[in-house]
Amino acid sequence: MWDWAFALEILPTLAKAAVVTVQVTVLGFLIALVVGLMLAACRVMLPGTRFPISLLVELIRSTPLLIQIFFLYFVGPSFGLTLDALTAGILAVGLHYAAYCSEVYRAGFESVPRGQWEASVALNLGRWTTLRDIIIPQAIPPVVPALGNYLVALFKETPLLSAIAVMELMQSAKIIGSQTFRYNEPITLVGLFFLVMSLASAWAIRRVETGINRRYKR
Amino acid sequence: MIEFPMVSFENVTKRYGALTVLDNLNLTIARGEKVAIIGPSGSGKTTVLRMLMTLETIDGGVIRVEGEPLTHMERNGQLVPADQAHTRKVRAKIGMVFQSFNLFPHMTALQNCMEAPVKVLGLSRDEAEARSTELLEMVGMSNRRDYYPSQLSGGQQQRVAIARALAMRPKVMLFDEVTSALDPELVGEVLQVIRKLGAEHDLTMLMVTHQMGFAKEFADRVCFFHSGQICEEGEPTAFFQNPQNERSRQFLRAVLEAG
Repeated sequence: MWDWAFALEILPTLAKAAVVTVQVTVLGFLIALVVGLMLAACRVMLPGTRFPISLLVELIRSTPLLIQIFFLYFVGPSFGLTLDALTAGILAVGLHYAAYCSEVYRAGFESVPRGQWEASVALNLGRWTTLRDIIIPQAIPPVVPALGNYLVALFKETPLLSAIAVMELMQSAKIIGSQTFRYNEPITLVGLFFLVMSLASAWAIRRVETGINRRYKR
Repeated sequence: MIEFPMVSFENVTKRYGALTVLDNLNLTIARGEKVAIIGPSGSGKTTVLRMLMTLETIDGGVIRVEGEPLTHMERNGQLVPADQAHTRKVRAKIGMVFQSFNLFPHMTALQNCMEAPVKVLGLSRDEAEARSTELLEMVGMSNRRDYYPSQLSGGQQQRVAIARALAMRPKVMLFDEVTSALDPELVGEVLQVIRKLGAEHDLTMLMVTHQMGFAKEFADRVCFFHSGQICEEGEPTAFFQNPQNERSRQFLRAVLEAG
């Protein structure tokens, strides 16, 4: 059933793939955080963008990530957008979660009392200065847990990139399986890796949360 | 040179949907004048301050600050809606203190006072700190300058809010029911600061207040609002001792009974 020697033998290959998985997660989540914040901020600051942005967000949230990955990788070239698999995968995952994160940020913005905007007007602060110095520092701390959930969710969806042959963990495990006809060890090890990393990031997010709460006392 | 009044409302109208909150308001406030605005809730008195602070749009008429239109600007001899730069220039003359303080909770008392002087006036951090420290001293809060708002009492927060508004060196200060959210024993310390401000600075002040005693003692003029109009206005002693209008009489009677 379980061959320790084989498990040990495939570990270096899986470790290499784990690096790709982590890379996709970190870069994808960075895109999600930054683009999500930009989308949410535009919605607040530029009323004209409200409708197109909510349309875009709804479009992304209402279609499967797998299809978006395929779309970017296989349909993109017919629009002159040719990307290698890893780049297309990171971009697709990042934009998909940017849509979710923008909704989280929006809730954060809405939780800041109107009086904070009004005090900023009374002090003659510019609108963008108000956003940066007054609103964002208050809007983000309460939504850190929700953003953290999306980090873990994004991480767990990276195996979808195996569909466009990105050499992340799942793809490596599948290849090992098809070459050796042994699936127990690679698939179990990949599952374990995801379990350990998810628990670790959940713990890290809690640390960030307490750190932020200490800094922005209310 | 013609001496313009500090603030003038000319036929200003404000509506919320079908409800007319202010109906053709005309009000002129001289430089250095202290005006108390009183009246029942829903009479539009807070709206007057909020329009002057540009927190509300106006539906008709013109507001002028030192002769300059606030929400409009003159172009080819005609009044057109003001652009952002014009509004900010005129708005710089006005400061406001709110009922609910509205301090920035993620900044200390000192940082609250320094933010706008640094970001809007372009002061260096040292200059802004010197100015803010002096003002916190004036409101008796210099020993709490590194406290966050959540660590201060309501009265202390409101005093910081006054210092924060003053740090922008406004010519007109608006006080919107600044003691209404305070526990009774904290009202005095805030009124004391406003008194001091009136005595030491040549500020024009507009205050919406329910503190009749304070209005009587402090203001140069009292305006009684009812249903979006100034029902009666005049010198405080005369107004409180011998109100002419039936509605003002009713209002004062009700307020005095409540104690």
